[in-house]
Amino acid sequence: MSTVKFTEEHEWVLVEGDVATIGISNYAQEQLGDVVFVELPDVGKELAKGDEAAVVESVKAASEVYAPVSGEIVEINGVLDETPAKVNEDAQGDGWFVKMKLSDASELNELMDEAAYATFTAGLD
Amino acid sequence: MGTQTTEELLKTPLHGLHVELGAKMVPFAGYDMPVQYKLGVLGEHLHTREKAGLFDVSHMGQAVIEGPDHETTARALETIVAADLVGLERGCMRYTQLLNTEGGILDDLMVTRPADASDDGKLLVVVNAACKDGDYAFLQANLPKSVSLRIRGELALLALQGPAAVEILANWCPEAADLAFMTGVSTFFDTIPCHISRSGYTGEDGCEISMAADKAEEMARMLLSDEGVEPIGLGARDSLRLEAGLCLYGHDIDETTTPVEAALTWSVGKRRREEGGFPGAEKILGQIANGASRKRVGIQPEGKGPAREGTEIVDGEGNVIGVVTSGGFGPTANAPVAMGYVAREFAKVGTPLTLMVRGKPRPAEVASMPFIEKRYRK
Repeated sequence: MSTVKFTEEHEWVLVEGDVATIGISNYAQEQLGDVVFVELPDVGKELAKGDEAAVVESVKAASEVYAPVSGEIVEINGVLDETPAKVNEDAQGDGWFVKMKLSDASELNELMDEAAYATFTAGLD
Repeated sequence: MGTQTTEELLKTPLHGLHVELGAKMVPFAGYDMPVQYKLGVLGEHLHTREKAGLFDVSHMGQAVIEGPDHETTARALETIVAADLVGLERGCMRYTQLLNTEGGILDDLMVTRPADASDDGKLLVVVNAACKDGDYAFLQANLPKSVSLRIRGELALLALQGPAAVEILANWCPEAADLAFMTGVSTFFDTIPCHISRSGYTGEDGCEISMAADKAEEMARMLLSDEGVEPIGLGARDSLRLEAGLCLYGHDIDETTTPVEAALTWSVGKRRREEGGFPGAEKILGQIANGASRKRVGIQPEGKGPAREGTEIVDGEGNVIGVVTSGGFGPTANAPVAMGYVAREFAKVGTPLTLMVRGKPRPAEVASMPFIEKRYRK
């Protein structure tokens, strides 16, 4: 069974087997505005939870995206290179950033589920 | 200023309209200002280059410097700027900078000589919002007794910019169509008394209109009623001026940069170069004669990743040779664009540079500015 989880830094994680797909939340893309560039890590890179995993750039500013879990990058979303606006169109779907092979599945327990994240973001506005 | 709460922030006369239009408001230079509206930064930028964008720039400082005659007022202001103001004709405006004794830039400003002969002796100035208190104090301290500074806090300032701007403005203010670039006139917009000039900060044709604060919303609503006009926030204002190669005070120019280093030598008047008599004249004239050790240049990063303000510029051996002072993504250029200072030997267009973006070297080269075709009405 796969469920999507969220961090307080507005990343989402969808786990299927031992691979997690990671992106930024719809809330995050709305706050950022038009995404013009996404810098993704190299496949094979090992990241610890909290490490900088990617950088997402809007017209005005650059924002870091942190690894919500520890593991190895096994795939990056090449579509974002040509079409960074995909992040705005479908942040929690086709606009995903990376796939990671989890090294510690228990880290997922610390993340918020969709309802908890919705409550969290409602409190930010 | 970043720590100010919304309650402490100043509001322009259009604050309520911004909120009504769905703007995202942010603190800027002590004011609660719209950074973007519903269209978003990208859409607002492109709309301005395509049709016409309406900017609320009422946070900027408007003042009148007033003396007995043009020559007296112009000479008084010439003691602190390097522009030729004595030679400024009626109805013409000029870009210049307030200078400190080291030739550093305290602020940049627009100076307009009113068109009407009965206004001789007055010069209208517009200064940056973040600098205005300091500027006014500096002006007060440096103007002679016969020349006074009158702060026009009761005025608002709007800008309508874009290829369709003047045609749209002419619906309410036909005189706009007759103005040459960098000239202005006191007239009416519909029934609203105003001062309108053909100028702006986007690289596009357009006008800036000064009027009583209590008439600003009425004028803004009339302009917005035209389907070619969209409200534009500070986000797109920044990307538009960056593509146009125009300096932002506090970023591309400040007290440590001279007009020569900032590639603003064109704004130092010919007569002033011969006569001197402005703060830092020795240094500035020396730099004009011999070149400055560093220069502001346009920078074109290779690829798609923007290089932001503060990015270090290095040469082929990794030696730091400069820094990016403004950088982002240019929606019209459809590429990253930047400007910054480099050592003089690297300032020639086409010179390869390396930008250290988040610790990683990225190739770039010195580019000519503007990054887009300028469409000022000459």
